[in-house]
Amino acid sequence: MRHTISVLVENEFGVLSRVSGLFSGRGFNIESLSVAETQDPTVSRMTIVTSGNDQIVEQILKQLNKLVSVIKVVNLTNKETVNRELVLIKVNADPETKAEVLRLVDIFRAKIVDVAIRCYTIEMTGDEEKINALLQLLKPNGIREIVRTGRVAIARGM
Amino acid sequence: MKMTGAEILIKALEDLGVDVVFGYPGGAVLNIYDALFQNTKVRHLLVRHEQGGVHMADGYARASGKTGVCLVTSGPGATNTVTGIATAYMDSIPIVVFSGQVPSLMIGNDAFQEADIVGITRPCTKHNYLIKQTKDMARTIKEAFYIASTGRPGPVLVDIPKDVLAGTAEYHLPEEVKLRGYHPNYEGHQKQVENAIRMLLEKERPVIYAGGGVILSDSSSLLSEFARILGIPVTTTLMGLGGFPGTDPLSLGMLGMHGTFRANMAISHCDVILGVGARFDDRVTGKIDEFAPGAKIIHVDIDPTSIQKNVPVDIPIVGDLKDVLRKMIKLVKGTKEAAKYRKKIAPWRDQMAEWKSTHPLAYKQGKGKIKPQYVVEQVYDLTGGDAIITTEVGQNQMFAAQYYLFDNPRTFLSSGGLGTMGYGLPAAIGAQVAMPEKLVVDIAGDGSIQMNIQELATAVQYRLPVKVVILNNGSLGMVRQWQELFFQGKLSHTCLPQIPDFVRLAEAYGAAGFRATKPEQVRDVLRKGFAAPGPAIIDIVTDPNEMVYPMVPAGAPLTKMLLV
Repeated sequence: MRHTISVLVENEFGVLSRVSGLFSGRGFNIESLSVAETQDPTVSRMTIVTSGNDQIVEQILKQLNKLVSVIKVVNLTNKETVNRELVLIKVNADPETKAEVLRLVDIFRAKIVDVAIRCYTIEMTGDEEKINALLQLLKPNGIREIVRTGRVAIARGM
Repeated sequence: MKMTGAEILIKALEDLGVDVVFGYPGGAVLNIYDALFQNTKVRHLLVRHEQGGVHMADGYARASGKTGVCLVTSGPGATNTVTGIATAYMDSIPIVVFSGQVPSLMIGNDAFQEADIVGITRPCTKHNYLIKQTKDMARTIKEAFYIASTGRPGPVLVDIPKDVLAGTAEYHLPEEVKLRGYHPNYEGHQKQVENAIRMLLEKERPVIYAGGGVILSDSSSLLSEFARILGIPVTTTLMGLGGFPGTDPLSLGMLGMHGTFRANMAISHCDVILGVGARFDDRVTGKIDEFAPGAKIIHVDIDPTSIQKNVPVDIPIVGDLKDVLRKMIKLVKGTKEAAKYRKKIAPWRDQMAEWKSTHPLAYKQGKGKIKPQYVVEQVYDLTGGDAIITTEVGQNQMFAAQYYLFDNPRTFLSSGGLGTMGYGLPAAIGAQVAMPEKLVVDIAGDGSIQMNIQELATAVQYRLPVKVVILNNGSLGMVRQWQELFFQGKLSHTCLPQIPDFVRLAEAYGAAGFRATKPEQVRDVLRKGFAAPGPAIIDIVTDPNEMVYPMVPAGAPLTKMLLV
């Protein structure tokens, strides 16, 4: 089963490799990982998407907690959360397909952020399903390149 | 008053009560050695190889309970410590390793004697640091010792660039350590403790399974008290030897791959296991799916990650063993239930006694070749069981574990988790530094002693009278044993035809050397070696065909022991 784990860490060099090293050293999966500073500049938040059975996930949570640089670990799975991911998509825009791409961008409430001859760069935010749906629909036009941030998540309410 | 980083380091060591440092100088740590030159409080022992230095700090820590300290230079000095650090990490031994680093501005340039030791040791330290500014020195050192010695102990490495050592700052060693991400839990949950006792008392075939945590937490006397109140048999892991008296009638000896018949049968047939300070590793459990099939498991450990890692646990208790055992004792001491329980489980104890009498640890010493087991028994007899024993890794380690009965904690020092050959001699030196009055004996093999033999020079230089008893079978005995048993006796590269003359080697180093080739000489040379004023090598030529039994083949259940 997939799990989204939110980890507050000391904002100092080497922390990312402590966390990623823990995953690789113990054979845990990382499906995605995003990290940036929080409102407190001495603290960063990592959002890690991983998968494994209950025993593995229990170990992941405990092992993360054991790292001295880790301040707090929260498993957001099975909690009410807002999940978002950002994607940048470079897609072919030939004269005959341009209109279709624009329509899709509109339907998905995405944005065109760069225009070149025969090519649009689209920015979209959403949950994974929405992003995957847009990618699916754009595919026939020829996707040249995509960049995804990986999931970030925050608990709903207080 | 401003001090240099190097002076701050030495002053901090003094203030933290460090009395000895095992070290080896080099370019990046010249400032530290300069600060040490005039210092009288912190004793420095010059080792002969950095790996030896870390094992010495480790042996010192295991024997004394204090944090061991090692000091090395950058690059190769630092990388040479890795095996020692990993050894301490696997066995949860509190040590702090200080390594020099190239100047900050040169880091990453592939400078001379540069290695990313913080990156290299990240997976085998409890925590590590690269100090970036001289003003952070004192605080970081304080934190390093705090992290190494609290919670589940472990090694911490502190890497210090040369310019940070040369730079200056005010000296301020904080009174307390505040770390947002580090709060070891010492108090066992009272309700869980009550649940555990309730579960134990309901059962009829209990076993206490005790690991190195008993020794690390200094709770062996509490464990003995608790086991005796309820009359529960105790088996220990290799790391737990000495955590419960080996001569106690309740002792089952060691369990696992080379455990006693009764310990492995007990753990396989019990209906409840109280695991204390142990981690259910593969050398203990054998085939995990068939481990203790009918047993409920209560697991007490200070490290939450140890719980539920290898086996499902019915009652987990996270906390300091001392605290948990005190709570447990309080619940049962002097109660009628305890007396009733002791009586109720008497048949179970009788079963242990029967297993012990039908399947004792056994060997036959004839008139021919010397049996290694016989040697260990003579060492036990001649030292009255009162020595500190270190071991190398392999057959020597297992024979020592089986045939020397350890009654006291901190008297058996061995690389259990990592299984590091070459550990025994330097660890013995470290233990001797910590315990100058004690007889310290390294039970070694002819293979592993050659891995850190250079430290004999350290022992001679500092007049540390460690004794090395080599069970010399001319082979890498344990690997050879596996080849005999599981690889059709094809002895691929496990025979050592070119073994040095250990007696002359000892003499070349300035130590004493003795040799026995016949059984009747064994006691005499051991006696002479132990009586020699300085370090000694006692080379005992043993039967190369002798194997360690019982043996549970890797991946087999514990009940499937090879017995002879």
